[in-house]
Amino acid sequence: MDIIIFYGNWRCISNIKKMSKKNKIYFILIIFISIVVFFSLLIGLNKENKYYPNAKNRLLDKEIIAKDLLLNKKVNFENIIKSNNYTIINIWSSWCVPCRSEHKFLMSLSDNTKINIIGLNYKDNENNAQNFLNELGNPFDFVLVDEDGLISIDLGAYGVPETFIINNQEKLIVKRYIGPIDKQILDEIKKIVK
Amino acid sequence: MKKILILLLLFFCTTIFLSAEENSDVINKISKNLRCVVCQGQSIYDYQSDFALSVKILIKKKLEEGHSEKKIYDYLKAKYGEWIVYEPELKKNTYLLWILPLILFVFGGLLIIKKAYIKDGKNK
Repeated sequence: MDIIIFYGNWRCISNIKKMSKKNKIYFILIIFISIVVFFSLLIGLNKENKYYPNAKNRLLDKEIIAKDLLLNKKVNFENIIKSNNYTIINIWSSWCVPCRSEHKFLMSLSDNTKINIIGLNYKDNENNAQNFLNELGNPFDFVLVDEDGLISIDLGAYGVPETFIINNQEKLIVKRYIGPIDKQILDEIKKIVK
Repeated sequence: MKKILILLLLFFCTTIFLSAEENSDVINKISKNLRCVVCQGQSIYDYQSDFALSVKILIKKKLEEGHSEKKIYDYLKAKYGEWIVYEPELKKNTYLLWILPLILFVFGGLLIIKKAYIKDGKNK
């Protein structure tokens, strides 16, 4: 089959001299267009086609009110993030496996008194969440409950685990990490927060 | 009198059910036009991921609060970008996107008509 096509192509090309001017232009145009289409598709094939919504430099919503798991009362984001320069919001859940692996990095950040760390407990059972913190330690200054995921949407979050760094004065999202924190991200966070 | 009362009751019952149904229709309509961020390529309506479920709850809540469809889209667009809606808004940088199919359709039609016309001419 290939040979026939190749032969056909070869004959076409060998006949190019005999073609009329108009046909020649068409012939070249078709070849040119197919090459362009081929390469654009090839490039498109290798490109990652997943879209990540951009959260950088977006302002926080004015009023986000959530229940605090430990204090057992409603608190306003605005009041929490007043102190210090930066706030780290970490979305986590006891049923989320990668959250366990990132927890030790959050623990190491909790020593830093210059930042607030807020844990947003995503669609979780409160008892399980408590047990999770008892077992692995609590790095959070506040643990807020996001029962139906609406607060996460308010933040423009993607899923769990996810981490936001917020500039408290401007109420601006400085940086967002989708997925668990690792050593490299921890260093980056430390650099930003400095 | 009793019969009339029962009739009235039934009437109100149906209106209540109808209005509830209308609301869910709107939720379906909106969620069909929203792209799921986690399960890309599928709509919020089709998928059952945590994110999609949350968005459905959000739409319901916002509708109950009396927000319009456009306001809900705007809210989500502000959070996730223009990408989240399947149907992009008609504005400066999407004119071509909207008009291109029409242009192709008209040109294709013209081409076909021209070819057919010339053939007819030759046959005659």
